[in-house]
Amino acid sequence: MTTPYTCGVPRVVVDVMPKPEILDPQGKAVLGALPRLGFSGVTDVRQGKRFELEVAGELTDEVLEQVRQMAETLLSNPVIEDFTVSVETTPDAVETVAGPAS
Amino acid sequence: MKVGVVTFPGSLDDVDAQRAVRVADHEAVALWHGDHDLCGVDAVILPGGFSYGDYLRCGAISRFSPVMAEVIEAARRGMPVLGICNGFQILCESHLLPGALIRNDHRKFVCRDQRLRIENTSTRWTSSYAPGAEITVPLKNGEGGFVADAETLDRLEGEGQVVARYLDGNPNGSLRDIAGVTNARGNVVGLMPHPEHAVESLTGPGTDGLGFFTSLVERVLA
Repeated sequence: MTTPYTCGVPRVVVDVMPKPEILDPQGKAVLGALPRLGFSGVTDVRQGKRFELEVAGELTDEVLEQVRQMAETLLSNPVIEDFTVSVETTPDAVETVAGPAS
Repeated sequence: MKVGVVTFPGSLDDVDAQRAVRVADHEAVALWHGDHDLCGVDAVILPGGFSYGDYLRCGAISRFSPVMAEVIEAARRGMPVLGICNGFQILCESHLLPGALIRNDHRKFVCRDQRLRIENTSTRWTSSYAPGAEITVPLKNGEGGFVADAETLDRLEGEGQVVARYLDGNPNGSLRDIAGVTNARGNVVGLMPHPEHAVESLTGPGTDGLGFFTSLVERVLA
């Protein structure tokens, strides 16, 4: 289940991934578990983090720049991780793709 | 010397670090993560543990605690700062030391007595050791894999900033078997193994770790 929230509240998403050259033991563990569960064909798994930020007021360029600074300062460690910042403005669309079909 | 030992929420080895300081004939001063001053200490130890529950990344939250603002400023002025295990992670997150610590490559927590070679005996924390000294101290970590890009690793090796290296097998996937590093000035040292658990033979594998704490005074007297 995703947390319901008011339509139109701007949500900024920061995705953080280990740099390609950095070993990702957690991703390796997942990769190892998949064939044991009968899932075949996956050749690599990288595990990252997703941060969903709800922001008060308008989503201006200034606000997004601040989020980038947050991502660079706290949410990621630039020595070992890359990040991307994106904006989700259609919560309904998120609802439809999230969670199991039960 | 007055040696401050910082306690963060989730620190485990602060009391052992304080004891090691006293065994080495220094005065231990308890510092709190919320403190805004260092209470006049001459050196600081960031102890092992799981500060702030290791949330986000190990050391990522602690690095922004009030006391760390003071520690970072003092370190830049040349104050000796030793980070052990979680303290090493905090120093890397603070960018006082290069590189980062990631999850052990074998994905298991490791806890054992670890042989090390002291590679640099000119830092503020290692001058008690003979060059190339081999010591045994406890190692216990889940995220102790030291990583940095190849250029940084080459620079660390070239400038003698590798302080200690693992012997008898690499316990956690650290690149080039690096167990500890120092900054260019030699006052800030980060170490994944735990010298503070090897200062009395009753409670550790020996007293090989004591040199980290006695180094402080010898340097001052020299």
